[in-house]
Amino acid sequence: MKVKHITEIAGALMLARWKQTLVAAIGVTFSIAFFISLLGFMEGLNELLDGMVLNRTPHVRLYNDILPSKLQPIDLSKEYKNHHNFISSVKPTNTRKEIYNAQQIINKLNKDERVLGVAPKITAQVFYNLGNIDLNGIINGVDTEQEEKLFSFSDYVIGGNYKELKIIPNSIILGKGAAEIMMAKIGDIITVTSTEGEQFSLKVIGFFQSGIAEIDKVQSYANLSTTQKILGESSNYISDIQIKLKDIDQAPALAREYGNFFKIDAEDIQTANAQFETGSSVRSIISYAVGITLLIVSGFGIYNILNMLIYEKMDTIAILKATGFAGADVKKIFLTISMSIGIAGALAGLLFGFLLSLVIDAIPFHTTSLPTVTTYPINYGIQYYSIAAIFALATTYLAGWLPARKASKVDPVLIIRGK
Amino acid sequence: MENNVVLEARSICKSFHDPVRIDVLKDVSFKLSRGEYASIIGRSGSGKSTLLYILSTMDTDYTGELFLDNVSIRSKSEKQLAAIRNEKIGFVFQFHYLLNEFTALKNVMLPGFKLNKLSEAELEHNAYEFLKDLGIEKLAHKMAYQLSGGEKQRVAIARAMINDPLIIMCDEPTGNLDSKNADIVFNIFKELTETFNKTLLVVTHDLDFAEKTERIIELDDGRIVGD
Repeated sequence: MKVKHITEIAGALMLARWKQTLVAAIGVTFSIAFFISLLGFMEGLNELLDGMVLNRTPHVRLYNDILPSKLQPIDLSKEYKNHHNFISSVKPTNTRKEIYNAQQIINKLNKDERVLGVAPKITAQVFYNLGNIDLNGIINGVDTEQEEKLFSFSDYVIGGNYKELKIIPNSIILGKGAAEIMMAKIGDIITVTSTEGEQFSLKVIGFFQSGIAEIDKVQSYANLSTTQKILGESSNYISDIQIKLKDIDQAPALAREYGNFFKIDAEDIQTANAQFETGSSVRSIISYAVGITLLIVSGFGIYNILNMLIYEKMDTIAILKATGFAGADVKKIFLTISMSIGIAGALAGLLFGFLLSLVIDAIPFHTTSLPTVTTYPINYGIQYYSIAAIFALATTYLAGWLPARKASKVDPVLIIRGK
Repeated sequence: MENNVVLEARSICKSFHDPVRIDVLKDVSFKLSRGEYASIIGRSGSGKSTLLYILSTMDTDYTGELFLDNVSIRSKSEKQLAAIRNEKIGFVFQFHYLLNEFTALKNVMLPGFKLNKLSEAELEHNAYEFLKDLGIEKLAHKMAYQLSGGEKQRVAIARAMINDPLIIMCDEPTGNLDSKNADIVFNIFKELTETFNKTLLVVTHDLDFAEKTERIIELDDGRIVGD
């Protein structure tokens, strides 16, 4: 039995019921189109939301934590060596926040193959002076070039040019919220007071918007040297080293390695932002569940329509069998019908899914928290298209297989006698 | 002479068990030789249709032995039986049973597709020749549902012939036809046996039709009462 003739018979049967066949194919098309656009949209959103935090978070952060000393004086005592001790209300030691030999550590890290880039950082507690009122503030001292390269700094700077931070001495990029309170415009001079009590005049050269209002009310950015000046520290004072890795999954292992090697506190991104990973995976699971449900429902559609077709075409099946078609041939015919519906529906679905994604991608979407985003985010990952196609073919095969088996078991004698 | 036996039934018995045991066929044995034109007659319920379905290998639920072309068809798989039906048996049913989705010509060609011995062009030529012999070549490209009853039955006969079978089995082939068409069908069958040396086995309750055949096997209550 040639494939050509199987398909010819299958084609004729489909043509005889072309409306139902079309409905079944449209069902597959719809489910695939929605599966693709839903998952693409969800993944786009996930990337956007994760990006809000994760892109700006170093994969590994080196710093000196304020912690009580792990070795209390009593632990050093030989007399009480084998005793248990309880100390209440332990206070941290007067550790410096400065990282010792920061420049050497940075040089060493820059040579590490696994490291994408290193950016030093200082934070300074200040008060923004506003007439009689003092506002709490934090100035982040950054290396603008590294910050831009590793954390897309410019995406969050609205108005002004972030590069001026390095060129103009005593310049500041104010947080959007803080600027609004101070009614500061670009070019204005503002005054800040350091915790040591010294006053500094800084020129506003731009605004910073992170998307999180509480942060924007407090945080501002300045050059490393400016911040060192505010703190009254020397030019080798660095309190944080931010590391971006080539492979984010290595972060926990490397954090441990660097922590031990440099004898410093190291925190990895997974520990710092565990909740974001969880959120993303839960959202993905939900959208996969919805998408797969759609595909299964369309599978039931095909199952129903094939079942109906078999009841209607009992005579045809009986006559095919009487004239020498084996059960296997009949099964092939009905599987061919099912798979043609599946393949045609899937191809159309992939196309419509892509078009639907394009449409969503073009819908304007403005949010103050994300200045770089203008339309809804969509991920065009090929994996969604292949999963949809594979799953659609699998469901249509299964949906066709049961009715096809039933058709192959039709007893021609019963049908022919029954007339 | 032995080699001329096309079909042999040896003490075939069949019974239905639902709801109570009813013996439909009791120890039916007969032989059919090449070129014979035989008819099976009997009253309604005498088991003649049941016998035909057993002889046609479609019904395998019976006891006894059945030889087709001197080969026992016992213990053949469903697939092998289908192949035997395809190659060695032609069918004509009371209800014409053409596939409405195809043209008359395609209907005739279908068993040939399954046999897959001839190319499509050769098959189409043969099918057209058969339709021509039956005087309906003009209808070759009409859809099956557009044909009249007599025309459909002739297409069905052409379909039964397409794979050059050993035996053609008919179940009430004239049951649904008027006497004029019934005569045409009878004459076609006669010609098949005489010209093509085909074996024909016709189940009918049309006594006029049966009396014109060479051999009459009479069934009553599941037994052969006359041959």
